[in-house]
Amino acid sequence: MISQHVRKTVLALLALAALAVVAGCGGSSDTAGGSDVSGGGNAKTTLSLVAYSTPEVVYDQIIPDFQKTAAGRDVGFKTSFGASGDQSRAVEAGLRADVVTFSTEPDMTRLVDAGIVDPSWNRTPTRGLVTTSVVAFVVRKGNPKHIKTWNDLLRPGVKVLTPNPFSSGAAKWNLLAAYGQASHAGRDPQAGLAYVRKLITDHVPVQDKSGREALSDFTGGNGDVLLSYEYEATTAQKKGEDVDYVVPSDTIKINIDIAKTRTAPPAAQQFLDYVLSKPAQQRFADWGYRPVNADVLAAAKARGLFPDPPGLFTIEQLGGWSRVNDQFFDVDRGSIAKIEEDAGVSTAK
Amino acid sequence: MTVSRPWRIGLRVVGLGYLALLLLVPVGLIFYRTFEHGVGAVWASITTPAAIHAFQLTLEVTAIAVPLNTLFGIVMAMALARGEWRGKGLVNAIIDLPFAISPIVIGLSLILVYGARGWLGGALADAGVQVIFSVPGIVLATIFVSLPFVVREVTPVLKEVGDDQEQAAATLGAGGWTTFRRVTLPSIRWGVAYGVVLSVARCIGEFGAVSVVSGKISGQTETLTLLVEKRFSNFDLAGAYAASALLALIALGTLLAMTAIKPRREEGDT
Amino acid sequence: MSALAVRVGGTVSRRFHTGALGLGVATLWLSVIVLLPLSAVVVRSLDGGLGAFWDAVSSRQAVAALRFTVLVSLATAAINVVGGTLIAWVLVRDQFHGKRVVNALIDLPFALPTIVAGLTLLTLYGPRSPFGINLAYTQVAVLLALLFVTLPFVIRSVQPVLIELDREMEEAALSLGAGNATIFRRIVLPNLVPAILSGAALAFARAVGEFGSIVLISGNIPFRTQVSSVYVFKLIESDAPTSAAAVSTVLLLVSLAVLLGIRGLGHWGARHDR
Repeated sequence: MISQHVRKTVLALLALAALAVVAGCGGSSDTAGGSDVSGGGNAKTTLSLVAYSTPEVVYDQIIPDFQKTAAGRDVGFKTSFGASGDQSRAVEAGLRADVVTFSTEPDMTRLVDAGIVDPSWNRTPTRGLVTTSVVAFVVRKGNPKHIKTWNDLLRPGVKVLTPNPFSSGAAKWNLLAAYGQASHAGRDPQAGLAYVRKLITDHVPVQDKSGREALSDFTGGNGDVLLSYEYEATTAQKKGEDVDYVVPSDTIKINIDIAKTRTAPPAAQQFLDYVLSKPAQQRFADWGYRPVNADVLAAAKARGLFPDPPGLFTIEQLGGWSRVNDQFFDVDRGSIAKIEEDAGVSTAK
Repeated sequence: MTVSRPWRIGLRVVGLGYLALLLLVPVGLIFYRTFEHGVGAVWASITTPAAIHAFQLTLEVTAIAVPLNTLFGIVMAMALARGEWRGKGLVNAIIDLPFAISPIVIGLSLILVYGARGWLGGALADAGVQVIFSVPGIVLATIFVSLPFVVREVTPVLKEVGDDQEQAAATLGAGGWTTFRRVTLPSIRWGVAYGVVLSVARCIGEFGAVSVVSGKISGQTETLTLLVEKRFSNFDLAGAYAASALLALIALGTLLAMTAIKPRREEGDT
Repeated sequence: MSALAVRVGGTVSRRFHTGALGLGVATLWLSVIVLLPLSAVVVRSLDGGLGAFWDAVSSRQAVAALRFTVLVSLATAAINVVGGTLIAWVLVRDQFHGKRVVNALIDLPFALPTIVAGLTLLTLYGPRSPFGINLAYTQVAVLLALLFVTLPFVIRSVQPVLIELDREMEEAALSLGAGNATIFRRIVLPNLVPAILSGAALAFARAVGEFGSIVLISGNIPFRTQVSSVYVFKLIESDAPTSAAAVSTVLLLVSLAVLLGIRGLGHWGARHDR
């Protein structure tokens, strides 16, 4: 016979399972007692937002804000967050999306080529951008190794973490920044590649799969400095991670894109307008993203945030994304792919 | 065989030592990390609308996948253990394949077949059925990855038990179904039980393949493992651990449920 | 299920319990669920022609990853065979306080999301390890992660068989004066071999495909700690899906070969014994 004790435990567990299945209506909000943004049965329209992972915390605030406005009152939301490349590929493979936002332009171009996003997506006043950022150095609290410049990264014994640009498209920005600063914004490719080669071969012990994992690796005790985005550092700090960050004087401007899809309802445009408006852009600024709204940006700068690195350069100066992808990041022939393979050989026993 | 006391202690120490290093310490750390901020925080974390939905979805998918694979498992085990037929060796090896393939590739293979531009996707879309980026896709991926367990657990037991009793039952005039129900099934009970336990654990813990085919739509196609990853990405480590605790609870609950029915013998009382 | 009983002169000889229908349905299920998607991968891998296929699978990184993956997975299976059988024995035949708790925890490494497993392993065996060791970025770390996630397989395979084991033969051998080692080797072990191999095959297959729990602690260093599944992931993320499918196909074929080999071992052993 089943012992009393075991019987009680089994019944308790079954009750718990039944309770969860029958009672509690699930929803999309992931905060305790949070409101469900999906809109339930009242929504006249539902917008599907497919985004890359980091700005989830910001959209968790922006979406309810939008739903309090006249334009957003009857709009329900379905949201999906994940790695930029994965999300873009999912939309290409059929994931329903009305508004998309990614951290690299190739992820948007993929959808343009697939006919999902209109080619005119970046002919807007903000050139298709929703926010920008810069590549920064994430260091231990107090910056014990005094890492301030790109040359500091090449000091003997300094270990640099950066995610693998082949498994994380968004991590390409880091190496582009490294290349760009050494090549004087693309004018001296030899010097640029030489720097990247030295960095990867001698100073990068591992390349984690994604930015978030690289940060985990860093906070887990590995490495002296992590290459990342300014807003990832500030978001991490706001969430209690014990890190500091330094914006080097030479760095690349990171563009974050946003667009609506061809099949999106009119509400998508209204949501886009809202995201680019002052209240939403202020939300972004609070989390460390550089807003594209001029007023909000000016106000933040006046408070001392978002300093302008004197040597700021853009991906256009390096040749634009398609050129860069082919030249550096092609899996077989790209120069950075070669550097990585060679580095593998030199570190293999 | 009755093992002498020194041997018994020795085996116990080595076995438990291995387990401690590999299992107990890591799992202990996970539980510690989960409840570090108190039970209240954990409760709040697992009762958010997204967590409740993820819990329901995970249970729902498991409740579909496991019985199907159990049925398949028992039938296939009978065929593998009792019969001789052409292709048996190959089928045997194919059954283990779902594991050897990277979960990402499993997800992609499902998109290749059932996606909007896949082999069957177009026809299914015309019929109004959306598989990928919807719950059916998650179910398919989960069935795929948990396929081998019941077969693999039951086949060795069937071989071990032998078919003497079944033959005896047949000579006494029992029909196929009766023989199965009253002779075979009880003898493979433990194999089935552990097969179900492993299947459930695999279903609820599956991440890679589901991550590709689900679309990660919060509140709709987000399973518990996807929720854990999302929370991890958002620096909500406490929340990630809390959701993992839920998964652990489901796994433990399954084991308790399957092994609560004790056999009459004292032997094998685990 | 119909039992096809062949009566020859009143006795019942070989029976086929499930009947043709049952086997047919089961095979159909297997084909739809497993073979159909897998064949889609193989077809996709040939999208660029045989030349592209060969280039993708013969690249230095692909070959190094494959070799490391197969070797470390075989090691995982081997260690599991010994450790798993031992633990199953202790759980079934031994009695001690807390046995039920230990038994309940066995499936956990497997039910938990791989990111949690990875984080835990990094904490325990990485730079901040309380044990004072740092295994991060080593091949041993990969082995450790794989042992963690494949722990239940051999144990859970052997447990049900041990439970059902007919003790009479052991008792008979004991009464005839055989020592424990002999009894184990010649009576108990042969009965356990199918289960052990079954579990070992599962462990090997799982190790080959494992991905999430390895990444944090291994560092995925090409030519050193990069496994095939991570390499395939890199190919997918770099928009080289055909190459990814090609490498996956080869991985699948190699795994199929090893799995056939493991089961072949069982047959050879069985025949040898008789």
